[in-house]
Amino acid sequence: MMEIGLNHYLVLSVILFAIGLYGVMNRKNLLLLFFSTEILLNAVNIAFAAISHYYGDLTGQMFVFFVIAIAASEVAIGLGLLIVWFKRYGNIDLDHMATMKG
Amino acid sequence: MFEAIAFYLFAFLTIAMFYITVTTQQALYALTALAAGMIFISAFFFILGADFLGAIQIIVYTGAVMALYAFGMMFFDTTREVKEKQGNKYIITGLSILSAVLIVVIFAAPIIGDNIKAIYPIVEGAGNTQTVGMILFTKYLIPFEVAAVMLLVAMVGGIVLAGKKMDLSLTLMSAVEIDDLNEKDKKVLS
Repeated sequence: MMEIGLNHYLVLSVILFAIGLYGVMNRKNLLLLFFSTEILLNAVNIAFAAISHYYGDLTGQMFVFFVIAIAASEVAIGLGLLIVWFKRYGNIDLDHMATMKG
Repeated sequence: MFEAIAFYLFAFLTIAMFYITVTTQQALYALTALAAGMIFISAFFFILGADFLGAIQIIVYTGAVMALYAFGMMFFDTTREVKEKQGNKYIITGLSILSAVLIVVIFAAPIIGDNIKAIYPIVEGAGNTQTVGMILFTKYLIPFEVAAVMLLVAMVGGIVLAGKKMDLSLTLMSAVEIDDLNEKDKKVLS
């Protein structure tokens, strides 16, 4: 119990990932959906860093580095698209983005 | 002992913050809770000896990403309450937990199979930042450059998408056209 091992971190990662997935499935507002994807990315980052620490291998930390870079660019592009959408239609709810619905 | 206390404290805080983020009805609460959760996650990186990543986490997430979200929220109507999908909550929760466990099984399968070998082991006597730098600029140089180009593309894309009047180029217009444009703007403003 008092000795923190790899499993502790993996369990924590699972819990955070489940919270993020719950948010992705539950949210309708696209901005809050973006928040949930950030939670998903961070949960995976914790797992990578923990495995990297407990196996004495730096590859996991490298992956975390690139995941953070990808998250940053995702936010930049995603928010730009959201702003364009909001200017044109006045809201950012998922239900209104049904123009490609078959 | 100290590590255990720190782990449980920050685990509780992070889970609480992210839970607030996904359940609250106010967008501003979600934003602040997410920012706090990001800072608490950096504590895990410090506990795990990844000092460089902890600093990066604070700088990039709370410094850049959260600031960007805060600026983006100025465009949106964030004061009204956020409506949520009316789905079956038990099915959603069950599916979330199931898929998260599945992902951990995928992660854990090679560990159980004991297939992980340290390709780039942590060097003794060198700091974490130093080691990360050595590996990043030798083994991961090309991904690093590609990530830099990707960030540049994202920056240009963000400017073009969020900026105004990107279809006009002041350098390609004559002085008369620019004056016309300015007068039109004044009419719109007044």
